[in-house]
Order: sequence, then C-alpha cells, then structure tokens
Amino acid sequence: MWEKKPILFLILATAAILVGTTITMILPFAWVNTDADRIETVTPYSPLEQEGRDIYIRDGCNNCHTQTIRPLVTEVLRYGEYSKSGEFVYDRPFLWGSKRTGPDLARVGGKYPDAWHYKHMAAPRSMVPRSNMPDYGWYRDNPLDPDMIRRKMDVLGFPYTEEQISDLAKRNEMDAIVAYLQKLGTGIAKTEAVIVGELHNPYQNDSSVLADGKALFAQHCAACHGDNLEGSDIAPDISDLDMPDADLYQLIFNGLPDGGMPGFSAIGSERLWKIVTFIKHQKAH
Amino acid sequence: METPAYNTAIVKSFVNWSILWGLVAILVGVIASLQMVLPELNFAPYLTFGRLRPLHTNAGLYGWGVGTIFAMFLYIVQRLCKVRLWSDKLATFQLWLFNATIIGAAVTLLLGYTTSKEYSELEWPLDVLVVVLWVAFAINIIMTIMKRREEQMYISLWYMLASIIGVAVLYLVNSAEVPVSLFKSYSAFAGTNDANVEWWFGHNAVAMAFTAPPLAMFYYFLPKSTGVPIYSHRLSIISFWSLVFMYLWTGAHHLLWTPVPDWVQTLAMAFSVMLIAPSWGSVFNGYLSMRGQWHQMKENYLVKFLILGITFYGLQTLQGPMQAIRSFSAFIHYTDWIPAHIHMGTMGWVSMIGFAGIYYLIPRVYGRELYSIPLANLHFWLILIGQLIWTVPLWVAGVLQAGMWHATNADGSLAYSFMETMIEMYPYWWVRTFGGVVYMLGVILFIYNLFKTTRAGEPSPISEIAVAQGRA
Repeated sequence: MWEKKPILFLILATAAILVGTTITMILPFAWVNTDADRIETVTPYSPLEQEGRDIYIRDGCNNCHTQTIRPLVTEVLRYGEYSKSGEFVYDRPFLWGSKRTGPDLARVGGKYPDAWHYKHMAAPRSMVPRSNMPDYGWYRDNPLDPDMIRRKMDVLGFPYTEEQISDLAKRNEMDAIVAYLQKLGTGIAKTEAVIVGELHNPYQNDSSVLADGKALFAQHCAACHGDNLEGSDIAPDISDLDMPDADLYQLIFNGLPDGGMPGFSAIGSERLWKIVTFIKHQKAH
Repeated sequence: METPAYNTAIVKSFVNWSILWGLVAILVGVIASLQMVLPELNFAPYLTFGRLRPLHTNAGLYGWGVGTIFAMFLYIVQRLCKVRLWSDKLATFQLWLFNATIIGAAVTLLLGYTTSKEYSELEWPLDVLVVVLWVAFAINIIMTIMKRREEQMYISLWYMLASIIGVAVLYLVNSAEVPVSLFKSYSAFAGTNDANVEWWFGHNAVAMAFTAPPLAMFYYFLPKSTGVPIYSHRLSIISFWSLVFMYLWTGAHHLLWTPVPDWVQTLAMAFSVMLIAPSWGSVFNGYLSMRGQWHQMKENYLVKFLILGITFYGLQTLQGPMQAIRSFSAFIHYTDWIPAHIHMGTMGWVSMIGFAGIYYLIPRVYGRELYSIPLANLHFWLILIGQLIWTVPLWVAGVLQAGMWHATNADGSLAYSFMETMIEMYPYWWVRTFGGVVYMLGVILFIYNLFKTTRAGEPSPISEIAVAQGRA
C-alpha cells in the first residue's frame, strides 16, 4: 500500500534514514569533545597559526596530506604518537584528509627548523628531490589582513592579544603557514624512545660501509647539512664534528627538540651507525 | 488512455548542460593527474592541484552526475506518472539555478573559497543556492507524483523519493557553518565530531546521490531497452528498504583507526558488510531480468551499457565492504587504491548508466534515430577500456605502496622512507593519465554522435509523430 501513497512513502523513507543517522552521527556527540576526551595541554591556535590554517584550507593541502596518525606500528614509527580525539577540539573544520600523496602532517610541528619549511614551501624539490609538491614561494608576496583575522578569532572564540594582531601587519602568508605547521601535533608531549644499554658502533673503522653511509647521508641529511657536510642556512657545518660515536648516534636517533632537527630513529640502528661512521670518517680526513 | 504532452525541452537542456560539465570534469581531471607527475604544471595560485582537484570532483559529481540525474528524473517521472511535469516554470528556474551554481562553484573553488570538507567544499552562499535548487527540484518531482495518473509508484520512483529526502538531510547537516564573511565560514562542528558528520555525509551522498538515482534509471531503462520486465518485484522491495535503512550506519568506515569512537567504527564496518546483500539484490535482479535476453548484449548497445554498469556496481559494492574491514583498511587506506575504487564507481557504474539513459531518450525527445550505432559501440569500448587502464594499475600501485609503508626491517625499523615509496608511484600515475585520456576520447565521440544525431539523424519511427505533438 505504501507503493500507492507518496506521502506515507516519504515518511517511511525518512524514518528508515534517521535510525542509522541518530545512532552513528548524533549519538557520538555525547562523548566526543567533552570531558571524556579532553586534553589539558591542547591550546587554541594563535591568530598567525589560525591564518596559516586557513591558507592550508584555501590551497587544498588536505587533498594530499592527512592529519591523523593511526595506532599502527609502522605508522607510529613513521609519524609519531597516534592521534587522540582531544587534540582536535579547536579544529573547524577537521583536516584529517583521505589520501597520502604526501606524508601525514599530524605531528610535523617541531620536527624541522623554520628555515627548512621556508625553503621547502618555496621550492619543495630543493629539500626533497623528486617530490611532486607544487611551489608556494608566492606566499611571501601576500601580506596578511589583521582586521579579517581578528574577526575570525572572534567568531571562533579563541583568545588573542592586541600585540598578536598588530604583529600580523609585519607578516606574510609564508610566516603564517610555517607557524601553523609548527603548531601541528604539539598539544601533547613528544615521546622519546629511550636507548638502553651501552652504545657501540659495530662499524668502527670499517671502511666497507662508507659508500652506504654516504648514500644514506645524501638521502636523509644532505638537504640541510650539504652534500659535503659543509652546512647551509638551515643546519651547521658538520665536516669537522668532534663527538663520540655513541653521542652522535643518540643525537641523530632523537633529533633536537623544538624544530632543531628531526629524529631518525625509524630508519633503524644499522643505517644510523653507517651514517655515524660516514660523518666521523670525514673528520678523520 | 491518451498520452499527455510531456515537457521534453527541459530534458534536452539538462542533458546538454550535464554533458558540458562532464567534459569539463574529465578535462580538469586529466590536467590534475598530469600535475601529480609534472609538478611544474601547477600555475599558482589559481591552477594548483589543491584547487583543481575539488573543481574536478565538483564538476564531475554535481555538474555531470547531478545534472544527468535531473535530466533523467524529469524525463522518467512524467512517463511513470503519465502526466506532464507539475510546473514547467519551476523546472526552467531549476535549470538556470543549477548552471549558476555550478559556474559559481567553479569560480569560487579556483579562487580558493572552500570549506575543505570533501564533496561539500562550497562556501555558505553557494550552499544556500544548492538548498534552493534542491527544494525546487523536490517540489516539482513530488507534486508531479501527487497528481499522477498511474496508481502504483514504480520502483524508480521509490529511489527518486529516497534520493530527494536523503540528500536534503545530509546536505543541510553537513553544511552547517558559521560565516565570517561572504567567502569564509567555519564548520559548526569541531575536530572528531566534524569528521564523523562529514563522512556520514560523504558516504551517504554516494548512497543518495550516486546509488539511488542510477538505480532508479537502471530499473526504468533496462526493461524499456530489453522489452521484458524486471525479474522480481519482491526482490526490488527488499533491496530498496534494506538499502535505505542500512546505508546510513556506514559513514565511519572512512574513519577506521582514527579517534572516532571505536563502537561507531565497528557499527560502520558491520553494516558495510551487510550492505552487500541489498546491493547485490539489485545486481541479481538486473541479471535475472536478462534471462532469455542475453543475445541483446550483442544486438542492443543500450543493454551493453546497462549491464556493464550494473556489473561495476556489483564489483564496487564488493570492493567497498572489503575496504570497510578494519584489517584491510589499516593496510590500504590513504593509498592510490582508494581513488581507483571511486573511479570504478563514477566512470564505470554511474556514468555508464547515465550514457545509457541519454542514448535511450535522445531519439525520443528529438524524434531522430541515433546518428551512428558503431560510434556508440566504439564509445562503449573506449570508456570501458579507459576506466580499466585508470583503475587496475592504481589498485596495483596502492598495494605496492601500502606494502612499502608497512614494511619493517629485522630490528623493527622502517624499511622505506616516505619518499622511497612515493617515487614508485610515478609510472602508475602516468598510466592513469593515459587511461583518463582514452576515457575522454570516448566521451568526445559520444558528444559528436549526439551532435550529429540532433542535426543529421534519420527521423525516428518510434517517436516522429509523438515528438511533433510533444508526446514522446
């Protein structure tokens, strides 16, 4: 009989649609973004960071980059601690994405120095050979609009100071996007792997691994430290590095905090020791 | 009973415009695919990949997809109800508002005005236009059904009505946003909630806009093309109601392993697997309707499009649930497998049915026989092969990259850096572009064939007189 009564049919179809909707879409609001998943250390975006986020949205960065780390072994190794619901309470809209043409960015904040980002955004292939990311050097030519950003902060209800707003006049879009990237994932403390036991270089004075070490250095280190370890405006000259093997290993393993240098623990001890051996070999000559 | 005079002019207009937007979508898709292998093709700021990709999806889904749905629904509803459209003026208003919205979408997306929420990128002023557009469409369809001269509503009308209601609910909720200015707004929901709402929308937009409407077309055009009725009415009833009930539970399968509550993910996974039943209910109903008629696959080009279309629907609705299982999702999600899955659905299923519908109605609204059936057959093979060249290599690429992402050394460290896995994708991405070009050639032939039909097609015996009287 419903096949002959369009109004009844519409009511029945709406009811059928609303059952799953209510349970899986409406009901989760009772748990998500409440005290149940709150993280005290997560803070709202500053005016500069929020503007960077809006530039990220404007240029569709989310089409190629995700911002959520899954609790899977290799994912945590590659990107860091898995994402928690409470980390995203200030994200309107969410930017988790659905495709990783480029790497996940959920914890890119504090991984690289600012200078790395400035150079990489303007010319991605200068830092990451064979990357297919577009150039965004034109961000440097675009000033920010402090009045508009103030309105955005008011709509979002995020705190800001007059100083932060007046400072925007001196900044451009590149400053904003870098500030945003450096904020990502820093709401929770970074977990550092702890090395237990004595560190001993298995390749000490083993010149057979130098070729491997050189290739690994070129792949992971040369973009900042230069092909010949001579350094750049991003990272220091390390051609004459005077540091015990174990300390150098530890430094590369963990990196330096707050955008000093990325940690390379995920590439494994064998490759790390080869890099250490290669770097130390330069000093010897 | 005398056949009433139908409004065919509006159907012609919607067909023309939807094909134009479809061609734009394919062209932009080919350009965006080239940008993935040749980054220097990103012309800042307006023509970068991040802005072109939403333009590609919006032109494809809303310009070509929804445009075709409008054309087909306006055609089918008049015939199944045996009355003229409730309001010609409202339909004309709908046509121009539709085109204004699509043009507005294209311009604003290139300018960078986007909400970033996938398949719902349009900023709030355009959202308002979409709502008005959909209400105008809904009123016309519902009122036409109300004054119908056929007591029973045929299966196609059920899917139409479900689509109208479903899209309305989904779009209104997911587009809830707080404006900052004319071109900028923030989502009404934050973080994990926003993600869950977005994929409740995203997945069910696929259900309500790109599953129900092509099924409405399929259930109408298959019996019309073969001359034999649908195999089982009871099976269509079961399929319909279980589909509209179960689909809405599954959105979170796009969010497996994310911070969305585990129980929501589990429900999504379970219901996704259960959805195989209603999906294949329609597939079987289509196949069984061909009993004794399979020879038509050779003789009737319309049947080829329809049966290959429903076959890709069947494959899509097996592959989808597979991806919705946690363990497989952990492996394959975020790789190129996923765009290949989507493109089997859009290029294989939805577009195949759309092409069949257009081929079916063109002689009936223009009163001319199709200009060339061999060209239609060539169109069929080009889009079939183009789609397979597009999708199959990317499934392989997805498995390859997933394997590399998850590979570890004996000491538990990662075997590959991200870039080592990405550069492996380049050859596959080149092949994908080639597949897209083959598909585009097929569509250009299709357009040429239709153009020649309207100019130089033989008068059609089916409808010559009927068209003259506006009764086709």
